[in-house]
Amino acid sequence: MIKAILIFNNHGKPRLIRFYQYFAEDMQQQIIRETFHLVSKRDDNVCNFLEGGSLIGGSDYKLIYRHYATLYFVFCVDSSESELGILDLIQVFVETLDKCFENVCELDLIFHMDKVHYILQEVVMGGMVLETNMNEIVAQVEVQNRLEKSEGGLSAAPARAVSAVKNMNLPEIPRNINIGDINIKVPSLSPF
Amino acid sequence: MALKIVKGSIDRMFDKNLQDLVRGIRNHKEDEAKYISTCIDEIKQELKQDNIAVKANAVCKLTYLQMLGYDVSWAAFNIVEVMSSSKFTYKRIGYLAASQCFHESTDVIMLTTNQIRKDLSSPNQYDTGVALTGLSCFVTPDLARDLANDIMTLMSHTKPYIRKKAVLIMYKVFLKYPESLRPAFPRLKEKLEDPDPGVQSAAVNVICELARRNPKNYLSLAPLFFKLMTSSTNNWVLIKIIKLFGALTPLEPRLGKKLIEPLTNLIHSTSAMSLLYECVNTVIAVLISLSSGMPNHSASIQLCVQKLRILIEDSDQNLKYLGLLAMSKILKTHPKSVQSHKDLILQCLDDKDESIRLRALDLLYGMVSKKNLMEIVKKLMLHVDKAEGTTYRDELLTKIIDICSQSNYQYITNFEWYISILVELTRLEGTRHGHLIASQMLDVAIRVKAIRAFAVAQMATLLDNAHLLTGNTQRNGICEVLYAAAWICGEFSEHLENPMQTLEAMLRPKVATLPGHIQAVYVQNSAKLFATVLKSQEGDTDSTTTQEASQLMIDRLPLFVQSANLEVQERASCILQLVKYIQKLQQKDVEVAEEVCALFAGELNPVAPKAQKKVPVPEGLDLDAWINEPPSESESEDEQPKAIFTKEEPKHSRPRHTEVDEKELARRREARKQEQANNPFYIKASPSSQKVYQDTSGVEHIPVVQIDLSVPLKVPGGLPMSDQYVKLEEERRQKVRAEKKKKEKKKRKEKRSGRGRKHDSGPESEEDIAPAHMVDIVTEEMPENALPSDDDERDPSDPHKALDIDLDKPLADNEKLPVRSHRAVEAQKSPVEDGERENAASQEPKKKSSKDKKEKKKDKDRDRKKSKEEKKKKKHKHEEKEEDLLGGQMEEPVVQSEETSEVAALPTSSSAEEVATVAAAEAAPAPGAPSVTAPDSEPDEPKDTEMEPKSSKHKKKKQKKEKEDKEKKKKKHHHHHRHSDAGGEESVQNGTVEEEEPLPPMSNYCLLAENSYIKMMKEDADEVCDIQGNLQDGSQVVVSVIFENKCESFLKSMEFNVLDSLNSKLQRPEGSGPHDGLVVPFQLPPGVSNEARFVFTVQSIVMPQKLKGTLTFIVKNEDSSTHEKLDFKLHFTCTSYLITTPCYSDAFAKLLESGDLKSSSIRLEGVNMPFHHLLARICFHHHFSVVERIDSCASMYSRSIQGHHVCLLVKTSAQTVSIDAKCDEPTLLGNVLDEIKQTFSQC
Repeated sequence: MIKAILIFNNHGKPRLIRFYQYFAEDMQQQIIRETFHLVSKRDDNVCNFLEGGSLIGGSDYKLIYRHYATLYFVFCVDSSESELGILDLIQVFVETLDKCFENVCELDLIFHMDKVHYILQEVVMGGMVLETNMNEIVAQVEVQNRLEKSEGGLSAAPARAVSAVKNMNLPEIPRNINIGDINIKVPSLSPF
Repeated sequence: MALKIVKGSIDRMFDKNLQDLVRGIRNHKEDEAKYISTCIDEIKQELKQDNIAVKANAVCKLTYLQMLGYDVSWAAFNIVEVMSSSKFTYKRIGYLAASQCFHESTDVIMLTTNQIRKDLSSPNQYDTGVALTGLSCFVTPDLARDLANDIMTLMSHTKPYIRKKAVLIMYKVFLKYPESLRPAFPRLKEKLEDPDPGVQSAAVNVICELARRNPKNYLSLAPLFFKLMTSSTNNWVLIKIIKLFGALTPLEPRLGKKLIEPLTNLIHSTSAMSLLYECVNTVIAVLISLSSGMPNHSASIQLCVQKLRILIEDSDQNLKYLGLLAMSKILKTHPKSVQSHKDLILQCLDDKDESIRLRALDLLYGMVSKKNLMEIVKKLMLHVDKAEGTTYRDELLTKIIDICSQSNYQYITNFEWYISILVELTRLEGTRHGHLIASQMLDVAIRVKAIRAFAVAQMATLLDNAHLLTGNTQRNGICEVLYAAAWICGEFSEHLENPMQTLEAMLRPKVATLPGHIQAVYVQNSAKLFATVLKSQEGDTDSTTTQEASQLMIDRLPLFVQSANLEVQERASCILQLVKYIQKLQQKDVEVAEEVCALFAGELNPVAPKAQKKVPVPEGLDLDAWINEPPSESESEDEQPKAIFTKEEPKHSRPRHTEVDEKELARRREARKQEQANNPFYIKASPSSQKVYQDTSGVEHIPVVQIDLSVPLKVPGGLPMSDQYVKLEEERRQKVRAEKKKKEKKKRKEKRSGRGRKHDSGPESEEDIAPAHMVDIVTEEMPENALPSDDDERDPSDPHKALDIDLDKPLADNEKLPVRSHRAVEAQKSPVEDGERENAASQEPKKKSSKDKKEKKKDKDRDRKKSKEEKKKKKHKHEEKEEDLLGGQMEEPVVQSEETSEVAALPTSSSAEEVATVAAAEAAPAPGAPSVTAPDSEPDEPKDTEMEPKSSKHKKKKQKKEKEDKEKKKKKHHHHHRHSDAGGEESVQNGTVEEEEPLPPMSNYCLLAENSYIKMMKEDADEVCDIQGNLQDGSQVVVSVIFENKCESFLKSMEFNVLDSLNSKLQRPEGSGPHDGLVVPFQLPPGVSNEARFVFTVQSIVMPQKLKGTLTFIVKNEDSSTHEKLDFKLHFTCTSYLITTPCYSDAFAKLLESGDLKSSSIRLEGVNMPFHHLLARICFHHHFSVVERIDSCASMYSRSIQGHHVCLLVKTSAQTVSIDAKCDEPTLLGNVLDEIKQTFSQC
């Protein structure tokens, strides 16, 4: 069984967390910190297995991780999983990400955490390995993306809303306009 | 409404989506928390909107924030809303959020059961997939029980994508609901041979997980797996199977023998390192299981070790690590074959990778022997010096101690060497393991009597140089060593060469800076030393030394008397007064030494850690029996103390026996011994343990250790101490060897003599190395009649324990999974139930034939009917059982467990919980109970007339069913209100069809209408109160209707329409007229059923409502398509607007006194049922809760969704029941009473 899958960057910022056993949010953050602490101080040329991690697991559990550029992919697994098998699985997962995002980089994971989750869901389910064949995984992800597109996706609603506004003269101007996006261009501005 | 939605969309336009949120957070690095809190406020606003897209977007953002550590459980209900969206996009977002933040105690989970069930049976495989994925993360025991059957059905889905997910999730279901394992197992086993490799792999995965925990139940699958292993080419599957065999072989050595060959072949042939490694691992497991009887596998061992060596020598650190890991497994049974690779392993100690060094250390532990212990430890000591980073150094330190102390110091031949190693270890800077070293010192000094003199000398030096240890870093653990040193010097002070000097060292002012517990030991042991000094000077004419000693004590002790530590202070002031008194006596030249020594007399023996646990329970003592009357159930506040107890337990359960006050122990033991001696009934210990209780005068009886004088107690300086001992030991061994040879030459025919040592002839093996001391390792004390070992008890909280289920036993009647009625068609396929159907069929040939006569339909149709009839038959059986059960349970929920064996476990437990719910009822809007008008069976086709006699019986059943439904409902849907009705009128062809599945106590559905094409089952509709929880607002009634296609054709374009009344209206989408029908959002292939939900708004609830409706649809055959329609009536009763609401008797009394309520009453004659049944029925059917019950009189309470209070006083005498009722709305009351009357007139 896989107990948790953590992806964080070289600074320990979580990019995806997926626990297959319940931990409260603060505990999850502690686990991330501890795991980062354990993993980050290891050279790249040492082995990818790690015992310990007092918060998650216990003696039966191992951390198996891979380090790609700026990201750590860490799987916490128990003894029923093959160590080398999980290493392969991480590779499969990353290659799948690469296919789905076309040259995946950390930014993809930052801005599309949900999509990464959906891809992961096709690889691991409830802590058990669901599929290891990359083509099959990519195919299923793509069908679902198409399905989402056919529904108009999450972003379709505002588009419809815009057209609705154009066709309609509402006497009332929406009051709480939140111009959050301006902040992105001018980072020094404090939020309104 | 339209405006509201549009307005929502406009707001939406300016909302952030996930990307904007992330960007925003990245741009607010300096005040991230503040920024996020404003975002959360926005999200809260968005969640209040009606637009589902806005909500989904908000939930998506919450999922992101959850990752950053924000608790988002407050939005759980909104997540459920998004989950239940009909759009895949939103549904997926909802399920993702749920899987990230729901857990067993999330209370809204119970609202999701129906939604998930609906998604599982969705025609869109990705809806099903998303639901399965989500469910795998938050499945609870309730969900597992309710959905087990649905998931099991999905295991035979046509799409492999769903099959593999369904198979995997079964594992989670088993964990949460172990009863499902046996019924589901046959199908799971089938999946091992599924044509799709993904499904096969999933099945292997699940069975491996199951078998890992309870291997013996899966032994019978071994041949199947063996076949798979030899045929499969999928490495994933192979690895899993091979791992599984690793778990199975210890139980069945014959399996192991069979495995060796194919595994060896795989080892030779495979190129995949992962597979190779697992093969080696399993071969090792096989060899371990065979190791007892079969010596002929050395070739296999050699192969494994050889392959592992290749792995260890590989440049890939991962392989190196795994090689070492596997090596350690071989080590346990075949240490010799590993020991030959010692060089390689020692080499790994120098590896730059800590994981590898740690693994190598593990191996060393098993590789030591008497011969190489010193050498290995010497190497490790070198590493200790070199090691950077305290963690690794600490690890080394513990390993050294572990290696040396393993199996009762088995490999230590020279304890002086060991003590000096320990002393050297104290020089480590910053170690946390001072207490470990201390406990070793104490242990060795106490248990190895021969070493005491040496140990005391070493400890005296340590004490003298204590400043080196404490130095600057007082906080680190190493000063713990002084605790041991002080105690050893005090306790065995007779061995001290210069007690005065040590006494002086122990009373230095610097000592006052040590931790309190160490100071306390110092003070106490200075007193012991003082006694020794007195004793040594006894009889001496010159009393200066003794006087000096007492003066020293009197000078130095006041410092400790002022200590802030209580223990130190108390001991110091006691001893100070004692010494002052002694000084007085000394001045009078009174001999006191003996008396003072008597203070500290007594021998200490170590107590085994488990001694306490092993004290046998005396006969006739029942520890579980109550001493006093048990506290009554009502004040069951005992949860709390329980929790405290278990929390604290771990602390006590691992006593650090070395640090327990030894003196205190001795005193207790002394007291116990006295008591036992005086107790004529005490059975004296057996001779062997008698020794343990020797009093001081009997010390001579303890085997005395001979000290080998060949080892000088003083060693020349220069080298570090331990190294010198290594050298000396070498020399000694050589000498011994030479001596032995000489002896053997001389006295070849004579019997061996000597100093009582046993020497074996022949070349020196490691066993030959005689210890330098005849070491008497005092065994740990155990109580008399110690119980046999009870070590490896399994953790009772282990969830896998529940899955220890025999899978080979045939399924019993009561083991079927709960089935919902509308699943009937699918359930028929279940292999589990097929057998029984056949039985039922054979029992009823007569009816079948009579029916056949009248059947004008095709053969296929007949088949279907047949099965229905069988179903019904089965139901008869079950019903009887359940009736009894319900009756019994109402009153005494506690007794239920006994009945489980007879009846399906599920109904039992659900009704149990139901009772609990009513009793403990919560403030949340509780479920209402439906009232149901029995379907008027109007057989409109002549062929059905013969079924009429059954209809009365049938009605009864119907009610029965409903009762069960309600049970279920109440439990599940706290938030939902239920509502009900059943109006089977149009074209009810045949009574039997209406009947629901036998088993399903869970079914909520009743027949609405049916014709030859379609059957509509209506769920006792859930009434969802306004989401904001405002009961005063009008409420929505959600009616779930299951459409089942009964014909051979395809049904499409279904439209559901209801003629609105003034009071109740069907909610239609915006823009459609008041008479437009609602399009049912699916089509029905033959034999398929699906569920749709329709929302009604109800204004006044005081009167029951009937709504007429029509369903139109197109029947499509291969060649033609026809328009058909089906009429039905929806019936909303008044009691269905009631919500079971708890009420306390004081509030109830106040309500009655208030005088705002109108009263009314009814009498029911000829009610022939126990009073508690009667109450239960009212509770079930009419949503009341019992406030108070006294004998044959009870007060009950309920509340309507619009806040009307309804109070009942129910009295019974003989067969007459009188109900006095009060309510603030007389019309509602009248209707409710009518409905109650009707309920009882039907029974």
